[in-house]
Amino acid sequence: MSDRLLDLRNVQKRFGSVVALDGVSLQVASGSVHALLGENGAGKTTLMRIAYGLTRPDLGRIGVGGTWRHFRSPMDALDAGVGMVQQHFSLVPSMTVAENVVLGTRLPFRPTVIRRIVLELAEKTGLPVDPDARVETLSIGAQQRVEILKVLVRDARVLILDEPTAVLPPQQGRELLSWVRNFCTEDRAVVLITHKLEDVRAVADAVTVLRGGRCILTGKTYDIPDDTLVGAMLGAPLEPVERVVRHAPSGPPILQAKDVTLRDARGIVRIRNADFSVRAGEVIGVAGVEGSGHRELLRAVAGRLKPFSGSLVLPQRVGYVPEDRQNDALLASLDLRQNLLLHDAARRRGFLRWKSVERSAESLISAFDIHASGPRAAVDTLSGGNQQRFVLAREISDRPDLLVAANPTRGLDVRAAQYVLELLGKLRDDGMAVIIQSNDIDELLETCDRILVTHAGRVREARPDRDLIGRIMVGAA
Amino acid sequence: MSAILRGHASTVRFLFGGSVVVVLLGVLAGTIALGGFPVGASLQSLVRGSIGSPDALLSATFVRASPLLLTGLAVALSFRSGVFNIGAEGQLVVGAAAATFVAIRAEQWLDVWTVPVELAAAAAAGIAWAIVPAWLRRRFRVPEVITTIMMNFLATFLVSYLVRGPLQEPTRVYPQSSTFAELARIPTVHPMVRLHWGFVLAILLALFLGWALRHTASGFRIIAVGVNPRAAEETGRIDVDRLTWLVFLGSGALAGLAGGIEVGGVTYALYDNVSPGYGYTAIAVALLAGLQPVMVVPSAILFGGLSAGAAAMQRDVAVPAGFVEFVQALIILALLAAPHIVAFMQQRLARLQAVEQQGAR
Amino acid sequence: METLLTAFLASTVRTATPLALASLGEGMCERAGVINLGMEGTIIAGAFGAAVGAAAGGTVLGIAGGALAGLVVSCVFGIFAIWLRTDQIITGTAVTLGALGLTSALYRVTFGTQGVALSIPTLAPLPLPLLSSIPVLGSAFFSQPVLTYIAFVLAPVCSWFLFRTRTGLIWRATGESPEAVRSAGGRPVQVQLLATSLSGLLGGLAGACLVLSQVGTFADGMSAGRGFIAIAVVALGRWHPSGILAASLLFGGSSALQYLFQAAATAIPYQVFLALPYMMALVVLTSGRRGHAAPAALGGKLENSLS
Repeated sequence: MSDRLLDLRNVQKRFGSVVALDGVSLQVASGSVHALLGENGAGKTTLMRIAYGLTRPDLGRIGVGGTWRHFRSPMDALDAGVGMVQQHFSLVPSMTVAENVVLGTRLPFRPTVIRRIVLELAEKTGLPVDPDARVETLSIGAQQRVEILKVLVRDARVLILDEPTAVLPPQQGRELLSWVRNFCTEDRAVVLITHKLEDVRAVADAVTVLRGGRCILTGKTYDIPDDTLVGAMLGAPLEPVERVVRHAPSGPPILQAKDVTLRDARGIVRIRNADFSVRAGEVIGVAGVEGSGHRELLRAVAGRLKPFSGSLVLPQRVGYVPEDRQNDALLASLDLRQNLLLHDAARRRGFLRWKSVERSAESLISAFDIHASGPRAAVDTLSGGNQQRFVLAREISDRPDLLVAANPTRGLDVRAAQYVLELLGKLRDDGMAVIIQSNDIDELLETCDRILVTHAGRVREARPDRDLIGRIMVGAA
Repeated sequence: MSAILRGHASTVRFLFGGSVVVVLLGVLAGTIALGGFPVGASLQSLVRGSIGSPDALLSATFVRASPLLLTGLAVALSFRSGVFNIGAEGQLVVGAAAATFVAIRAEQWLDVWTVPVELAAAAAAGIAWAIVPAWLRRRFRVPEVITTIMMNFLATFLVSYLVRGPLQEPTRVYPQSSTFAELARIPTVHPMVRLHWGFVLAILLALFLGWALRHTASGFRIIAVGVNPRAAEETGRIDVDRLTWLVFLGSGALAGLAGGIEVGGVTYALYDNVSPGYGYTAIAVALLAGLQPVMVVPSAILFGGLSAGAAAMQRDVAVPAGFVEFVQALIILALLAAPHIVAFMQQRLARLQAVEQQGAR
Repeated sequence: METLLTAFLASTVRTATPLALASLGEGMCERAGVINLGMEGTIIAGAFGAAVGAAAGGTVLGIAGGALAGLVVSCVFGIFAIWLRTDQIITGTAVTLGALGLTSALYRVTFGTQGVALSIPTLAPLPLPLLSSIPVLGSAFFSQPVLTYIAFVLAPVCSWFLFRTRTGLIWRATGESPEAVRSAGGRPVQVQLLATSLSGLLGGLAGACLVLSQVGTFADGMSAGRGFIAIAVVALGRWHPSGILAASLLFGGSSALQYLFQAAATAIPYQVFLALPYMMALVVLTSGRRGHAAPAALGGKLENSLS
């Protein structure tokens, strides 16, 4: 097993009654980029958290570079040469880049020395950072570079990246993948967790597909056609997506923005002098890279962010599906009835009628095929996909004039994503206006009637042209 | 058993609390025995002093439970919405001071209205004392845990000044106020007992709060904000800052009222240590109640009874009351640890099951 | 005038010493993200341990007994609040309640039910050569019991540790983001347990200081809220060891002023002086980064630990 830099054998892990991993094995050869492909909940992240010592397996063995290891913490994994960049970064926001990079290492701790070490490492690895900058002031891309440096400063030979391109705009995502390609020399290996086929095609030598906590398929990337990979991910071939018929919006304008300027919580101007309008019965897509202002734009049209200046006329009733469902849309420890009440909780007056709330919750559960034991089930007993379905169901349950949804398919498996997109189309046909933001341009092109692109605080409407939209996003058009 | 575990969490906690109390009474007995005191006589005295007779119940236990009940509600309400108001002690003390001020200065012309005005003043003073940390939290995001502790000290200093200055009794010998006139005293429920109507008021407030949290939109907002302030703001469009501000002040009002009831119904005067730490014990009371207002009633009575019984034990058998405080602390710790221990055991079980299944294959 | 000033300074330093010890402990603990409201309990336990130790075997054993008792109490806090991840604030309150009760009970059991005033050996001032003969300042600062010097040396040592060592970096990072530390291979649970133990040790010394160099006997609740005052001191000192030492002196000075003015019978009520440092702390809290300088993860639970 000398060429197997990372060797996981028969790994098992249960969380309560849920089997997350059911005897998974994974061999990563040195010098290779190994993609770990699978839908959400397939067990990719859990497997890699085990390889990094963050989660303890119930059973199974971990080998690195030919020796069996027992990881009690990430410290052991790092000592063995395994490093991981998690999807949600784990940096200390108030500390500098240099302090974050050397945190937990055995490097001599003197400001000038660590500064030099970080600069040299950044130079050597081609990951530019400012060692003196406070992490909280950095962009997502720069924070990701700091995370990678944190691992490389320990001489990690196995680099695990969990969905690294998901948080990046397309251009930066491609740059990162080509960096990964260059990084992966003879005595190193990269494990790339992803659910994007294009990432696999772009960079991976080998691929392993997980589904439902089991290893379904593993092999060289060039041996395996796309259909086989998708089939392995989904378990059954996917029905072809029905192309949405674009039609001219006929309804009256229900949202009008004139000269709108938005500031974020820190007072920084995020959107400048935006003008646009939305009619009933159309789906508007919003595309933009991290920090371009799309986030603020979305919150503003949902009525969650008051414009700093200009006029923004919104319809009476707005449904809103925020990007971070777990934290922004749900009361995890409370039941579905209570979470239903959360919708427009501020406007409720007087007494609560629990009986009627319970009936509404029941009808949502059956109408949207939400897998829950009933209206009194706590939200955190539902799976991620069902939580998302519930949020969407709740937000459209009172037939709003406008639905605003951030990344409505993020975190959903392909089937659930398709369901959501079809539903949005149906709502549009019923005369609802829909605004969705997505990191996936193809998804927007497939679903939307018109597309707004944000770049550096400007809002522009773009023709439905993939190339053009991409260029506006990065400021090249 | 697992059905119970999956059931209503707070009910489970209270059931569990019951068994913990039983176990710890055993611990108390052991501690007393180790201290070289007669266990039987000590426990007998503990029971006699707390629930052994109608008089013990009505003149000791319930009387001591009253301020605990109100401060316990103050703590439960604020913790429920994510406000860590541990300043109930200070709010109680200034409430007592304000009530004393009304009772002594305005009793002549308020006549029969003295008691209501007295209690209103106490609640208002509690609010005033909560405003400072509430404002610092809202405006500067300063953790209220730190500021409420400081406000507790400031309240103590204020009372220390008042009982040696403006509110000192006329002879100016003792650091305390003069005794309340009859009109300024909260009437007792019966001439033979010390229990006053403040206790009944406190119970009514607990029932009202319990109902309001469950059945009104405002109550739901408080719970939602406590569970997840971000979701409450982003999805529920609740003005979290404003809501927690109001809850903070409401909590202050309840604690202030406790002070008013204590001076108006029990001590009939203001002095330095008018509260033997009711505001701190209240945290334990609220916790034992699982932060449920209605459950605060039995919880406060339990702690009131323990404290009354401890006093009797010290009087009769010379067993230091400190033992009972110690056992109270153990009750809190056991309650705190219980869910974590259960979770830990479940994890262990899962790992064992995995190993067993592997062996069976 | 000069003797008055010397007396004032000496009284300031004397009052500040136990406060500084406890506050440095609390400050180090909060820097690791743990708010230890059990500090009051560790102080009273330290006082009791010191009384028992000193009665049995002199002042050295007294100091050791105080430190040990404080350590034990803080370990109880640590096991619950950090290891079992119970709520820090409630756990701290419970630990304080328990320690106050237990020491009061044990005192009566050990030294008689009437609570006979017990007399134990105390620490004599230890004048430092040369330094103690500086006019005015000398006898105030350099003719003090050994625990005072420990407190004064400890502040720069803590500063150096926090800001100039690798472990100090992990310590501070634990207070800001335990998750980041864990992911970087650190052990936030261990760091926090260590921080809690240190705070207990120093709290115990603070209690020993009360008994051995101030009062000379044990009394129920003689910690008199110093554990809670420490929280205010740490805030006023902006979570920085040297700031904490300065804040302790300020608190000590204000209570020394109180006696001065009480004696002088001025129109200003002496409680104003007692209240002054608290008010200053409240004002100080309104300025600085994020509105305050408290560690970001202060009081939070360590979620998601190794499962």
